[in-house]
Amino acid sequence: MMKYWLDSLWGTVISGLILTVILHNIVSYALGG
Amino acid sequence: MDWVPAISRWIHLLAGVMWIGLLYYFNFVNVAAAKAAAADGTAAGISKHVMPRALFWFRWAAVVTWLAGAALLGRHFLDAFFFLNKAYYPIGIGAWLGTIMLINVWGLIWPNQKKILGMVPASDEEKNKGRRVAFLASRTNTMLSIPMLYFMAAGAHTALYFG
Repeated sequence: MMKYWLDSLWGTVISGLILTVILHNIVSYALGG
Repeated sequence: MDWVPAISRWIHLLAGVMWIGLLYYFNFVNVAAAKAAAADGTAAGISKHVMPRALFWFRWAAVVTWLAGAALLGRHFLDAFFFLNKAYYPIGIGAWLGTIMLINVWGLIWPNQKKILGMVPASDEEKNKGRRVAFLASRTNTMLSIPMLYFMAAGAHTALYFG
């Protein structure tokens, strides 16, 4: 079976952290920060 | 005291702890436990006695969390969901992430878990496919929970996070 990053707990957590940083920057930019 | 937002926030937190707590139990504990139990032939107890109960509280806690969150937003619901007001941008992102997670619970995880646990008829092939879909949806929700909780915190403390 093909492996995805979500097959690993660490891959899941790290992708969540990366998504948090990306969304934080988008909202920060939208708020004029 | 303004009762509606006060009680809504409290219920949102209570149900949210139950929802995300069970999500983390599934992902951080049960996936590995079920694999080990399948290897030594003891998985039946988990499937029969643990999962149906855990999934009951999990899926209904998700609904209560979302409804209490909607009540908490109150007349600012549309401001948050459609980004009509800058002050609601952070909670809007959190609300959308939580909504996607709720849809994953009821649209992907629960229907496939019913097949896996034998609550509805399914062939072995359907069960295997359902197992994979439910697993990836659950992992996706674990991933989304990280920014979701960040934006829930940021929604209540915008100056701290975006000041």
